[in-house]
Amino acid sequence: MSRQSVAKAHQKIQELSWEPMYHQPVSHYGTDYTFRKAQKKDPLKQVLRSYFPMQEEKDHRVYGASDGAIRGNMFRQVQERWLEWQKLFLSIIPLPEISAARAMPLLFRNVPNPELHNGQAIQMIDEVRHSTIQQNLKRLYMNNYIDPAGFNSSLRNFQNDYCGTIGRQFAEGFITGDAITAASIYLTIVAETAFTNTLFVAMPAEAAANGDYLLPTVFHSVQSDESRHISNGYATLLMALADEGNHQLLERDLRYAWWNNHRVVDAAIGTFIEYGTKDRRKDRESYAEMWRRWIYDDYYRSYLVPLEKYGLVIPHDLIEESWNQIWHKGYVHEVAQFFATGWLANYWRIDPMTDKDFEWFESKYPGWYDRYGKWWENYNRLSTPNGHHPIVAEDVDYQYPHRCWTCMVPCLVREDMVMAEVDGQWRTYCHEACRWTDVEAFRPVYQGRQTPNMGQLIGAREWETLYHGWNWADVVSDMGFVRDDGKTMVAQPHLNLDDPKKMWTLDHLRRMPNLQSPNVLLNQMTEEERAAFHANYIKGGPAGRPARD
Amino acid sequence: MTTATERSVPKPVFTDAEAGAKEFPDSRARRFNYFVPQKRKQTHYEDVTVEVQPDPRHYLAQGWLYGFSDGKGGYPLDWTVLKAWGSDRPEPERGPGTGGQGYEWPAHGWHEFRDPNEEWELSLYRYNANVVRQLQANVDAAKQAKAFAQWNPNWVRFVQQHVGAWMHVDHGLGLYLFANANRRGPTNMHNTAIAVNSMHLIRAAQDLALYQLTLSEEVEGFDGTAHLETWNSDPAWQGVREMAERLTATGDWAEAVFAANVVFQPLVGELFRSQLVMQAAPRNGDFVTPTVVGAEEYDFSERDLRYTRAIFELLTNDREFAEHNSRILNTWLADWTGQAIGAARAMQPLWSQPDAKPARFEDALDRVKSRFAGVVEDLSLDLPKELER
Ligand SMILES: [Fe+2]
Ligand SMILES: [Fe+2]
Repeated sequence: MSRQSVAKAHQKIQELSWEPMYHQPVSHYGTDYTFRKAQKKDPLKQVLRSYFPMQEEKDHRVYGASDGAIRGNMFRQVQERWLEWQKLFLSIIPLPEISAARAMPLLFRNVPNPELHNGQAIQMIDEVRHSTIQQNLKRLYMNNYIDPAGFNSSLRNFQNDYCGTIGRQFAEGFITGDAITAASIYLTIVAETAFTNTLFVAMPAEAAANGDYLLPTVFHSVQSDESRHISNGYATLLMALADEGNHQLLERDLRYAWWNNHRVVDAAIGTFIEYGTKDRRKDRESYAEMWRRWIYDDYYRSYLVPLEKYGLVIPHDLIEESWNQIWHKGYVHEVAQFFATGWLANYWRIDPMTDKDFEWFESKYPGWYDRYGKWWENYNRLSTPNGHHPIVAEDVDYQYPHRCWTCMVPCLVREDMVMAEVDGQWRTYCHEACRWTDVEAFRPVYQGRQTPNMGQLIGAREWETLYHGWNWADVVSDMGFVRDDGKTMVAQPHLNLDDPKKMWTLDHLRRMPNLQSPNVLLNQMTEEERAAFHANYIKGGPAGRPARD
Repeated sequence: MTTATERSVPKPVFTDAEAGAKEFPDSRARRFNYFVPQKRKQTHYEDVTVEVQPDPRHYLAQGWLYGFSDGKGGYPLDWTVLKAWGSDRPEPERGPGTGGQGYEWPAHGWHEFRDPNEEWELSLYRYNANVVRQLQANVDAAKQAKAFAQWNPNWVRFVQQHVGAWMHVDHGLGLYLFANANRRGPTNMHNTAIAVNSMHLIRAAQDLALYQLTLSEEVEGFDGTAHLETWNSDPAWQGVREMAERLTATGDWAEAVFAANVVFQPLVGELFRSQLVMQAAPRNGDFVTPTVVGAEEYDFSERDLRYTRAIFELLTNDREFAEHNSRILNTWLADWTGQAIGAARAMQPLWSQPDAKPARFEDALDRVKSRFAGVVEDLSLDLPKELER
């Protein structure tokens, strides 16, 4: 269709909406926001007559590339270090995508402008596209990559393991709680507008550098739908801003959504990009450099700051603090080190770092070696079974961290850890902002204001607690992360598939001491013990080093 | 002297990381192993949809993490009063040392549903792109052939008012019933099939609207906005409108989908589309409108009804709750059939509007009733006496 006929067609479909006369559509989802009904423009101007063929054309390109990759033996050039991390990433991402589809109806009744509903319905089906096209990519990896373990059990793994739990926030936050908090601020204003750039643009670039050009093909195709979704979010945000009474809630929700996205997305994507790559050219951008460009400059300075004049209170302090975490406090390095510490509870293999990696890290993050170098040397030394335990049970100057009850990433930057007794339980938080999220934001009263529609943080949020007192072999069996010989683990702390003796099995784990839940132990302490524990914990780090007195 | 500086690009490396390069545990385990396929071999559709939406009753070890203000998270099974086997078992309790085991997959019967249309992104874009391309071609060909010139004034009026009014039904149900319900089903297979149904309807609404746009440009005196007046105040349409509104006001997702696709579409939708528009149009010199309306008819009869049947057949044959489900479905059937028959009868004046009349209203109604009776029988439900109103 020509541009002119699309514009005319779009004008025409505005006649479709109508006001009910006999029954109001069901209102399933509450919000504490208020919207005034006003004539609005559909920011998408999309009609299905051109939309469907456009998407079909994009599909042709994606599936054409997939066939080409297989015919061209792409997997002979793919770096295993990289593709192993895709076992984690592609187990997570289809759920947030489909959750974004499910989130759209949360907006229908709460944003009373039928002009926007057309765009939301298109976003719904876009997200069905994203979820299933990503599942399909994972299926292709399973069929064509050397090691299918972890891909073949992907969705069971994701649902059982603590990394899955961290990633699931990125999905469940879209579909529950206050409808506007979830489907608008958390999903479109922060997750899509800010963080999809690192997810769907920065990460694919790294994939290509590691010999995988299919991931970029699929994810650029996904990203090409994203600008429409960003427009949806922007239109809703402007409407919310029009009502003074919403400003306090917007401030709350931007703080929560920003901080949670930083904690979760930077942990995962930062690790993939920095520790999952073999591309150590000194002029390739580090995650910190990408973050500065995509998130700080493009999102924060160019998108958020201009909204200040409409009364939006921007969490400048948390944005600066996120940068501080990434740049000065080694957030991504701390997370990668933790994932590698707990390699045995995962469902992918983690390649040790080499001298070449060390050199690159040192050049990109001066001081890296002094902090993390020794530990990674130990990781390398302990990577094949030779009478010792997996690294988590060996003395390598690393204190196993407590979980953050809110974001579920552990409290890795030790000095930031805070505690609170909430709902009868002592909880640890990775940062004051995560404490605030649980103790203040996700509550039915916020700063004295009734917020009866605000959601709740629920669930068994510390993974270790489920396995308190268990033998590690039983833990791994219970989660199902075992290969088809019934004993070799899916996870391995190296990439060697040649020698069966180099692969860890359940038998190696049987000899380990039992798993202890830090949170259970914390709750068994006396008041004084707990205070002493906290004082000691925050003196620890970096790189997980226990406090030295 | 100039020196050629080497461009900094990642270098391809031979890694031999392709399937089959080595033998080791799991090296041949190349299928998703976390669900039981419906047939012997798992389908591509199953691979891309099953288990994407988790369930704490089997795997989700740490449970749902975010809840509504009442503390309920995820996809509560009690968003419908219908039940599938296993629905009444409590979610596994989690605490110190419980481990993460749930019930054996699938844990309950809802997970046994598979969309017989096997819809996922590839199929849905291919199908709908074909429909819109074909429609566009039909309308373009008609334009070139000056086919609209043959229409008599009464038929022009019929198309602008009544064919036009139907777009509101499609739009309202597409957005506020089906798109809304894509958040509410208990599995990804339910919700994806429902989302696809939603897009069929929203597309059909737009197809009708854009058809009207063409007619406004092509047909002398065609009033492209007459459908609004008809939808808002023509008494013949108020029964349909009230029913459409009540469908969107139905809180139980399964009731809404059932009432729309098992009762409303066969008794009202097919009556209007197949028995009236498609029958009357050719006699009034119109060979184009049936292709537009027919596309929507095909969506419903060949795809949307198929998945709907599969959802409810499982429930009426459920090994634990067949009786419970049938009792409720029969109540819904009686309730909605009464309203549908009322809405259908209110449309009767439409049958006398074209110059060349279609088959008698009563005959048309009889035909859709017997079609409806077949659907009801397939589901092992009782034919409601309200049908004879
Ligand atoms: Fe998406
Ligand atoms: Fe946290």
